[in-house]
Amino acid sequence: MNRLLSIIRKEFIQITRDRRTLVIILVIPIMQLFLMGYSATTDIRNVPLAVLDQCRCAESRALLDAYRAADYFRLAYSVQSEAELRALIERGDARAGILIPPDYNTALARGEAQVAFILDGSDATAGSTTLASATLVGQQHATALMFEKLERSGVDISRLQPPLEVRTRVWYNPDLVSSHFMIPGVIGMILYAVTAVLTASAIVRERERGTIEQLIVTPIRPWELVVGKIIPYVLLAFVDTLEVMAIGHWWFGVPVRGDLTLILACSGLLLLSGLGIGLFASTIANTQQEAMLTVWMTLLPSIFLSGFFFPLEAMPQVLQWISYIVPLRYYLVIIRALLIKGVGLAAIWPETLALAVFGLLILGAAALRFRKRLD
Amino acid sequence: MIQASHLSKSFGSIHAVQDVSLSVAAGEIYGLVGSDGAGKTTTLRLLVGALKADAGEISICGYDVRRQGEQARAQIGYLSQRFSLYEDLTVLENIRFFAELRGLKRDEWLPRCLDILDFVGLSAFKERRAGQLSGGMKQKLGLASALVTRPKVLLLDEPTTGVDPVTRQDFWQLLIRIAAARDVAVLLTTPYMDEASRCHRVGFMRGGRILAEGRPSDLRAALQGRILEARGGPLPELRRRAAEIEGVEDVRPFGDKLHLRVAPGMAESVIAALSDAFPARAGSPLEARLIPPTLEDVFLSLER
Repeated sequence: MNRLLSIIRKEFIQITRDRRTLVIILVIPIMQLFLMGYSATTDIRNVPLAVLDQCRCAESRALLDAYRAADYFRLAYSVQSEAELRALIERGDARAGILIPPDYNTALARGEAQVAFILDGSDATAGSTTLASATLVGQQHATALMFEKLERSGVDISRLQPPLEVRTRVWYNPDLVSSHFMIPGVIGMILYAVTAVLTASAIVRERERGTIEQLIVTPIRPWELVVGKIIPYVLLAFVDTLEVMAIGHWWFGVPVRGDLTLILACSGLLLLSGLGIGLFASTIANTQQEAMLTVWMTLLPSIFLSGFFFPLEAMPQVLQWISYIVPLRYYLVIIRALLIKGVGLAAIWPETLALAVFGLLILGAAALRFRKRLD
Repeated sequence: MIQASHLSKSFGSIHAVQDVSLSVAAGEIYGLVGSDGAGKTTTLRLLVGALKADAGEISICGYDVRRQGEQARAQIGYLSQRFSLYEDLTVLENIRFFAELRGLKRDEWLPRCLDILDFVGLSAFKERRAGQLSGGMKQKLGLASALVTRPKVLLLDEPTTGVDPVTRQDFWQLLIRIAAARDVAVLLTTPYMDEASRCHRVGFMRGGRILAEGRPSDLRAALQGRILEARGGPLPELRRRAAEIEGVEDVRPFGDKLHLRVAPGMAESVIAALSDAFPARAGSPLEARLIPPTLEDVFLSLER
C-alpha cells in the first residue's frame, strides 16, 4: 500500500513538472470539443441556390418566394442559361439549382406545370437533406396553389379536411440539434483516447528512459506499478470528462438530464477499457512513439465502429457484428441516453454490463501480458 | 551472498551468457571484466531477476531469485549501466522514492537519505534535479539510492564508465568502505584493467563465458616470467621479427613498446635471440627485459 502511494506521489510530481504535457492533456479536449461541436454537424442552412427563371412572371416569383422564405436556401445566383447554372454547380459556388420553364404560368393554369430542381449529389449527406427540403418546400407551395384554385372555383375550403395528418413530435432533442448527438460522443472519445494514450506512454516512458530497470529490482509488485502509474492519469481523464461536459452543457446547450453520479460511474467503466488498451500497447511497444501508433491503430476503428459519426444501423451486417466488441459503442449509447434522455440505470443496464465485462476482459488480458522484466 | 551456477541466456540465436557460475562472499568485491558484448550486463540482469535465465540457479542471501524474487530483491542494491533514475525529480525525491519502494518507513527515510547523501558527497545538491547533475554525480546518486536500504548485495554495472578520473577515485574509495564496513558483497562489471586489479577477485568474460577467475595476484602469477617488454628500433619491424622467434607465443604493441608472451622457461633464449636479430646501434639500443605481468596481459593471454 505504501509502495502504491509512493508511485502515485512520484507520478504526480512528474506530471506537475512537465507543464507542457499537462497543458496538452487539459486543453486538447476543449479544442477537440469546439472543433467537433461546430464542424461535425449535419444541420443544413443557407444552401446557395442558382435560379434560372425563364418565365419571369408573378407565378414564378411566388414560387421563388416560397423557397426564399424557407431557411434552407439562399437565392444566391440568378442565371440566364442552363450552361451558366451548370458552371456554378461544377465550381461548387451553388449547391443546387432551380429551373423554371418559359411556359410555367400557362402550364400552371392548365394544372400541369413542372419545375426542375438540380442537386449536387457529390456530398451525399448534405445532398439528401437538401433534397428533402426542396421537395417539402415545393409540395407545400403546390398544396397552397391547389387550395387557392379550389377557393376560386367556389369550394368552401374551411370544410375541406385532409383525410390524414401526421403529427410529428420529436422527443429529447426537439430541434434535432446535431451537437446534442455529437458532444456525448466527443466525451466518450476523449475519455477513451486520453486514458489509452496516457497509460501507454506513461508506462513505456519508464522503459524508454531506462528507469524500469531500477524499478524491476525493487520489491514493487507489477500491479502496484501499473495501478500506481495510471491512477493520476485516471484522475486527469475524469477532469477532462467534467471539463468537456461543462462546456458541452453551458456553451453548446447539451442537456445533462441523467444522474451525474451514474454518468461518472459509467465513464469509469469505459476507463477500464481505455486503460486496458493502453496497458496492452505498453507491453508491445518499446518507445513512446510505437505506443502511440499502437493505440491509434485500435482507436480509429473503434471510433468509426462506435456510432460516433455514422449510425450503426446503416452499416453492413458484418461491421455491425464487429461493433459489438467495441467498448466505445456501448458507452456512446449509455452517455447519449444519460445526458439527453435522462434515463436511469434500468434503461441502460445491458450496455453497462457489456461495458464492464469488456473493460475487465481487456484490462485483465493486458495485465497478464505485463511482466516486470526486461525480456 | 551471491551464488550463481550454470547460468545460460540466449536472445534468439545469440548466446549472451553460457554456463556462467560465480559466487561472491560478504565483504568481497568481485569484478566481471570483459569487452563490450562479453555478456557482463546480461549476467548482472539475470542476477537481479530483470531477465529470466534459460537455465541455471541463482541464490541471493539464500533466496532463490526465481521462486523468492521479491525477498531476494529486497537484499539487492543495483546500479544499471544507463542512468536509470528520474531526471525530472530532485536528488532527494529520487532517493526517497526508491527508499519507500523498498519499504522504508516515513520516519526512517529522511535521516537515512541525508546520511547516505552525506556519505557519497551529494548533500549540497539534494534539491537539484537529477537531470542537471554531472555524469559522476549521477553515478553517485545511483549508488546512494542503491545503498539507502542497506542492502547486503550490491550489483554495479560499469559504474565508472564516463566518469572523470577524480570522481572515479572517490567512487572506488566509497566502494571499498562499503564492502569492508558494512560487509556487503559487491559485484561490479568493468572494461578497465586498472579497476579490475582493485577487486578482490575477478572473472574474465568473453563470448558469454567466464574464461578465468581468481584473485588478481594469482592470475598474474600464472604468467610470471613469461612477459617480456621490448623497445627500440622501428616498431613494426621489431614486431614482425619478434613473432618469428621460437618460443614467442604472442606479440602486442603497448604504446611505444612491445609485450611478448613467451612459452614457460623460454624468456632467456628469446631475449638472446632478440639481441641477435637487432644488434645494438647507437641511438636506438634494443632493450628487452622480463616484467611482472599485468592483468591486461592475463586477459589477452586468454584469447583464442
